[in-house]
Amino acid sequence: MYSFDPTEEQQMLMDAVKKYAVNDLRAVAHDAEENRELPKKLVSKGWEIGLLQASIPEAYGGFGERSAVTGVLALEEMAFGDLAGTLAVMTPSLFAMPILLAGTEGQKQEYLPKVIEGDWAPYTAALIEYAFDFDPNELKTTAMLKGDEYILNGEKAFVPFAKDAEAILVYAKLDGQSQAFVVPKGAAGLSVSEEREKLMSLNALPMYRVKLEDVKVPVANRLGGASGMDFEPVLASMRIATASAAVGVANAAFEYSMNYAKERDVFGVKVAQKQAIAFMLAEMRTEIEASRLLTWEAAWKLDQGREDAANEAYLAFTGAADMAMMVTDRAVQILGGHGYIREHPVELWMRNGRGFAMFTGLAIV
Amino acid sequence: MPIEFEAPKPIAQTQFVLKTVAEEMMRPKSRYFDEHEHEIPWDYIEFMHSAMKAMGGNSLAPRENGNVKDKDTEKEKRPPIGYQLIAAQLEALSWGDVGMYHCLPGGGLGAAAVYSAGTPEQRAKFLARFNGDKPTFAAMCITEAGAGSDNSAIRTRAVLDEKTNEWVINGEKIFVTGGDKSFTEYEKLGKGFLVVWATIDPSCGRAGLRAFVVEGGAPGVKVTKLEHKMGIRVSDTAAISLVDARVPFDHILGSPTVETNTAGFKKAMATFDATRPLVAATGVGVARAALEFLKEKLAENGVQIRYGLPRQKLTNIEREVIDMEIMLKSAWLMVIKAVWMADNKKSNALEASMSKVKSGDVTTKITQKVVEILGPLGYSREFLAEKWFRDAKITDIYEGTGQINRLVVARQILGYSGKDLR
Repeated sequence: MYSFDPTEEQQMLMDAVKKYAVNDLRAVAHDAEENRELPKKLVSKGWEIGLLQASIPEAYGGFGERSAVTGVLALEEMAFGDLAGTLAVMTPSLFAMPILLAGTEGQKQEYLPKVIEGDWAPYTAALIEYAFDFDPNELKTTAMLKGDEYILNGEKAFVPFAKDAEAILVYAKLDGQSQAFVVPKGAAGLSVSEEREKLMSLNALPMYRVKLEDVKVPVANRLGGASGMDFEPVLASMRIATASAAVGVANAAFEYSMNYAKERDVFGVKVAQKQAIAFMLAEMRTEIEASRLLTWEAAWKLDQGREDAANEAYLAFTGAADMAMMVTDRAVQILGGHGYIREHPVELWMRNGRGFAMFTGLAIV
Repeated sequence: MPIEFEAPKPIAQTQFVLKTVAEEMMRPKSRYFDEHEHEIPWDYIEFMHSAMKAMGGNSLAPRENGNVKDKDTEKEKRPPIGYQLIAAQLEALSWGDVGMYHCLPGGGLGAAAVYSAGTPEQRAKFLARFNGDKPTFAAMCITEAGAGSDNSAIRTRAVLDEKTNEWVINGEKIFVTGGDKSFTEYEKLGKGFLVVWATIDPSCGRAGLRAFVVEGGAPGVKVTKLEHKMGIRVSDTAAISLVDARVPFDHILGSPTVETNTAGFKKAMATFDATRPLVAATGVGVARAALEFLKEKLAENGVQIRYGLPRQKLTNIEREVIDMEIMLKSAWLMVIKAVWMADNKKSNALEASMSKVKSGDVTTKITQKVVEILGPLGYSREFLAEKWFRDAKITDIYEGTGQINRLVVARQILGYSGKDLR
């Protein structure tokens, strides 16, 4: 059967997330971006909604079951508030979710309760590398087995909260495959840049470069143990998360510019009454819906373990990145000169919008 | 029910069956009927009629007892999928040949209008014929030379003759899909009908618009012309003139009196909330045909599409193909959501129009790109790509152009009336 209605529980979760997104995240987004800092209380408050916790079974300290569909529904709502805030709140899932999806029983028992039972804590992951042809399946960071240890070498970029991280899940190439390794705080050879990343947006999110020089981790720290893991579903989960965040940001820009257009007078009517603007809005809304549905379908296929789930996630992600760029650009355009001024949030969303194509690895559901 | 994307079994089955029909009965004749405009594909029509009867259905178009379960059968817990099924069928048939889909016997848009705007008595009276021994057609007559998307400009006039209790209709209709097969009394066909839109009071604009059922062969009504078109040439597009055409009183769909508001008109226009996603589905079918053909040709020529790579590592052809797949898949999902809403009696005016906007965009873009990427192979009439390109364009025009649907979407999202946003 086809069905497009979230369950009651999903709807309740979405409502709670949206409330937080609008009242808390959105309210501070501008200052956080300008001051390059998110209030810590705000992150804790978002953490307490329990999106990640609800994805982890009780056996590992959570109170739910992982559902990619629920994940994308909730993440879209949170990103509707503010992207940097969302990524900050959800950073621990970059560490926990791959462990849940691909870790050994021992790894789940060891790490998951630590991450999710207490307050928000800086557990993170390092996937992105600083190269124009960065490809999650062709990592330049390498892992090599030597005795009963893996030796990691390479450089990672855009690693959220790396400076204070309790542990970093580092992705590296091993036998031609992308694999992940738990690198604990203070590991020898691990160095985190002093300077934070300076990006076009996401300045409220502290991100760092991470260097790995002959970092040794025991075999037990390889995700999935000695035989490793299948990266495909992990990557797919990252891609649908990025897609849903793109939908959320696009929807924020769409709504804001639509409301503006309904208020703003021009030639004796509201600017929204001009077809040039109204048609832009109609197309924005249409493309948001298109991306949202494709993302939902990919998430549903992931939950069902469908063979084509990973490809669908790729398509959803690729489409959503384009869509977010188009929609956020138009939102700025609809506000005209005002859209370009940082007092209005649309220019920040447009800066976010350009990023989704390269944000794979910053979110996962 | 939680969010789910599993095609219901009847849909999967019908897609399977219709793929064979498309491959065996449509594709082999596509080129012939494209090049022999105004010939009627009798073999196909008769085959489809008997095939549909054999399958237990009488028509693929909306029909009485087809979409909405009667009270007694409503005990079944399964949610209704009538419109979803039709959307899947239309998509599958249009993948075969969208022009030949229009030659599918059954009520089409005419019956859809009776179905959504008619009384139970009218449904029983007019829709039963599609169960008959002979294939039977019905058509919708809205457009006039001076009235396309702006149907308030309709000049065709219906006047009640109180002496005989008949409506007397005068006017000229154009662009009537299947108008010839619905009206002209061919020996091989059952008696069809036209649904003619006319005003019962020209002084009050849309509020005065009504639809009338005009029986096939009715005196005073004539097919005056069959158009020559860019594509979907196998489907007849008729001009129809009505000169003092007399129609029984109870052939009016909706209220015979003019209300001060446009409620009656709006009810009739609700037809489009159901049919827009269905027409969008036909576009998706054409687009899928074109994209699949392109992928076959690329594979034959050793061109691989490397899915999963970041954008900046893809070749241009890979990007194009991947973008087209994204467009096609999401357009289809928008269609499915809109018809799912119709099946579940959720108000879907926004979703219906969005699906039509998206499908129109996607279908024209994909067929254009496919011809471009195929180069001379695409432009040659040796293959069907160029035909699909020509066929596709109509899906962004009929049942509301992409622009009128943008207007509908905009009004919906902005909460504007037709006055607020013209």
